[in-house]
Amino acid sequence: MLLVIQYIYVLRPVWAVLAALLAGAGLIAVAGVNPVDAYGALFGGAFLDYYGLASTLAKMSPILLAGLAVIVPLRVGLLNIGAEGQIYMGGLFSSMAALLLPEMSPLLQVPLCVLAGALGGGLWGLIPGYLKAYRGINEVIITILLNFIAINLVSYVAGGPMMQEGAPYPYSQEIREGLWLPYIMPQTDAHLGVVAGIALCLAAWFVFRFTTVGFGLGMIGKNPAAATYSGIRVRRNVVAVMFVAGAIGGLAGTFEVLGLKHRLYHLFSPGYGFDGIVVAFLAQLSPLMAPIAAFFLSGLKVGGLIMQRAVGLESTVVEAIQGLVIIFVAASLAFRFDRGNWRRLLERRRLLDAGLAEGFANNSGGKS
Amino acid sequence: MTAQGLRLEKITKTFGDFKALDGIDLTVPQGTVHAILGENGAGKTTLMNILYGLYQPDGGRIMLDGTPQKIGSPRRAMDLGIGMIHQHLMLVETLTVVENVVLGLPGQGMRLSLDEHARKLSALADSFGFDIDPHQAVWKLPMGMRQRVEILKVLYRDARIIILDEPTSVLAPNEVDAFLEGLRRLRAAGKTIIFISHKLDEVAAVADRVTVLRRGAVSANLPVAGTPPAEMARMMVGRDVVLTTLEKSPMTSDAVLVSVRDLKARDNRGTEALKGVSFDIHAGEILGVAGVDGNGQAELAEALTGLRPVEAGTVKLAGEDITAAGVYERRHRLGISFVPEDRHGTGLVLDLPVYQNAMIRDFREEPFSSGGLLKTAGAKAVTEDWVRRYDVRLQSVDQAIRFLSGGNQQKLIFAREVECRPRLLVIMQPCKGLDVGAIEAVHRTVLAERERGTAILYISTELEHILSVCDRVAVMCAGRITGIIAPEEATPDRVGALLGGLAEAEVA
Repeated sequence: MLLVIQYIYVLRPVWAVLAALLAGAGLIAVAGVNPVDAYGALFGGAFLDYYGLASTLAKMSPILLAGLAVIVPLRVGLLNIGAEGQIYMGGLFSSMAALLLPEMSPLLQVPLCVLAGALGGGLWGLIPGYLKAYRGINEVIITILLNFIAINLVSYVAGGPMMQEGAPYPYSQEIREGLWLPYIMPQTDAHLGVVAGIALCLAAWFVFRFTTVGFGLGMIGKNPAAATYSGIRVRRNVVAVMFVAGAIGGLAGTFEVLGLKHRLYHLFSPGYGFDGIVVAFLAQLSPLMAPIAAFFLSGLKVGGLIMQRAVGLESTVVEAIQGLVIIFVAASLAFRFDRGNWRRLLERRRLLDAGLAEGFANNSGGKS
Repeated sequence: MTAQGLRLEKITKTFGDFKALDGIDLTVPQGTVHAILGENGAGKTTLMNILYGLYQPDGGRIMLDGTPQKIGSPRRAMDLGIGMIHQHLMLVETLTVVENVVLGLPGQGMRLSLDEHARKLSALADSFGFDIDPHQAVWKLPMGMRQRVEILKVLYRDARIIILDEPTSVLAPNEVDAFLEGLRRLRAAGKTIIFISHKLDEVAAVADRVTVLRRGAVSANLPVAGTPPAEMARMMVGRDVVLTTLEKSPMTSDAVLVSVRDLKARDNRGTEALKGVSFDIHAGEILGVAGVDGNGQAELAEALTGLRPVEAGTVKLAGEDITAAGVYERRHRLGISFVPEDRHGTGLVLDLPVYQNAMIRDFREEPFSSGGLLKTAGAKAVTEDWVRRYDVRLQSVDQAIRFLSGGNQQKLIFAREVECRPRLLVIMQPCKGLDVGAIEAVHRTVLAERERGTAILYISTELEHILSVCDRVAVMCAGRITGIIAPEEATPDRVGALLGGLAEAEVA
């Protein structure tokens, strides 16, 4: 029984999501639509339809990678709010490598583009990492502010030096087809980025679970003084982790450009970096759970649009439901599991049952 | 019997499978000093937390002046006139004495007249002979004074029953007597004092009655007068404990293993905490460092283990200058082990399971890992072996170490720092908060290391411990070593003079 309760507890983000959807059903009903129809459109469209599923997977690529870019440093005790900026820098560096380098074999240039994107994001993570480790400056503030710089830098480049001539809108030339990421579902937008994201999640899980490096990093997250005591160079590791996190964020932007957009657009990420924070909390910082969380969140976004079209809901309702999910999940994480409490509760119940059984026996005895 | 005072009947408390308290009976008449004695994990603190409303008992009842009471919260306890002073003082250091006392005081309304409170507080303090300036900031006060602020805090709330959890553990040796005198004054004023301790001499000095707890049950309830301390110690652990005389073989080697010359370092606030410290430790020798807390001992330990940068001076290990070596190099290549003072903050990661805490020092090496990959099965096997040999009491090595008692946590730290066969072992306040049995285990481990030829630096404020295990004793005062003497020469007068900073010319 206790084990069952423990499992129920571990899955509390799932219950939170269900509760949020239930609350959302109320909103939908108020908006004058049958919630069953609306949710049917949402989930059917996002997960069961071939093209809908492909859209979900295409969206999942940046959201998953951004989630990982939040999870990895958070396990080391660092809060990276800068995945959005890192996505932009990754997009910028990779499109520069794709458009400005002399044309070469895709076998060489695609890896170069990917590396450039990772480097761009990595540098954007390195700055707060260094300031945190050696100057004691709060990484939350720095990463938030760097987002604005990166977004505006990309707007400038896409609307200035790299803007395609005669474009009606700030975007660069198209990247040649040879450098595009392969698609994983024919005739759709679903590209290889999501596969790379899942692979990186598995890698992160392996590192934290099975390696000495991961053990040391986890120790920094749980008790930096003990980590120093054990001979870990905490400052150096903080910088390294922020670089890696930034690089993962950079990859999100890289794959978005190489896999989906094929150009550097200004404002090309609608806040995927912040969705990454939601993914990190939904997955409770587990790299293994991150793909599931990202898949769900992407589906909610794609399905929301489909629902809007199918049953004519206002887009604000869809956004409100997404907000509800986030609030409910955050609230659910505040519950702490107290084994002793539950054990006592169950014990009391058992005693009550025993007492009642006895009482029934006496009653029936009295009647006969 | 309608006795004035406190009466606990059949108090029971379980945490999960663990029965922390099993039918505790306790009677404390008003106006007496009652000591609760027991090993770590005996249930002393749990019992007091129940009395103060922090925990609810699973069974039994609490009687106050003959009326049963339910104490649902500390606020309720306060209303009933029960005040508690925790082992770690709960004061806001940046506020003044009177501000700390008034903080959270009920019934203040919108207006707060600090001056009036200060006047009342002064009068109260005077009536108990506590000399204290109510407008002084708490951070400027020595520990003994801060504790008085805590006591004033509960007195100001009209507490009749005052619970003190390990009150002398934060005090310097010279503050203890004044503290005990304070307790006598409170008793004279009709207050009931319940204090938790495992220091037998304090119990003997001030308590009227003593209740000895062992494994969650009362093992004895005696008047203090006429009970020899050795008897109390025996009842506490259930066997005789060697308190002072530890048998030691004579030192076998006269080779200097560790040589420190003119070491200087700063503390966290940037003031010079080590002002040129020099000493040698031979192989197989225990050098004790005595001194009142905060005279540079912590900085010395950190400078030796690489945790604190050194400003000047040299540290040599077996002739090699290691002053510039980092923590990792010192711990692994050079073989320096460290048992830190702060078990929870530095020595352990409380959220991690026991077996992972066992690998904190050497997780990059066999048998804990190989080729950068952790070997969980190996680590667990090693930990289980240590747990057996060092008598660490636990449910499983997968348990978070948070749930082990202080003594068992310390045994695990010792196993970890000693089993790697160090050349230099630095130990800082190893017996802080431990009971007699655990202290004995710690000292046995230290002496076994000495037999192996390890150089040991044993830093402590407990002079008796130092005198019973060390080969030589260095006394520190204000960042300097004021003298190095043999334990036989350590008369109270002489040590007192060294502690007070009267340096001697001779160095042993």
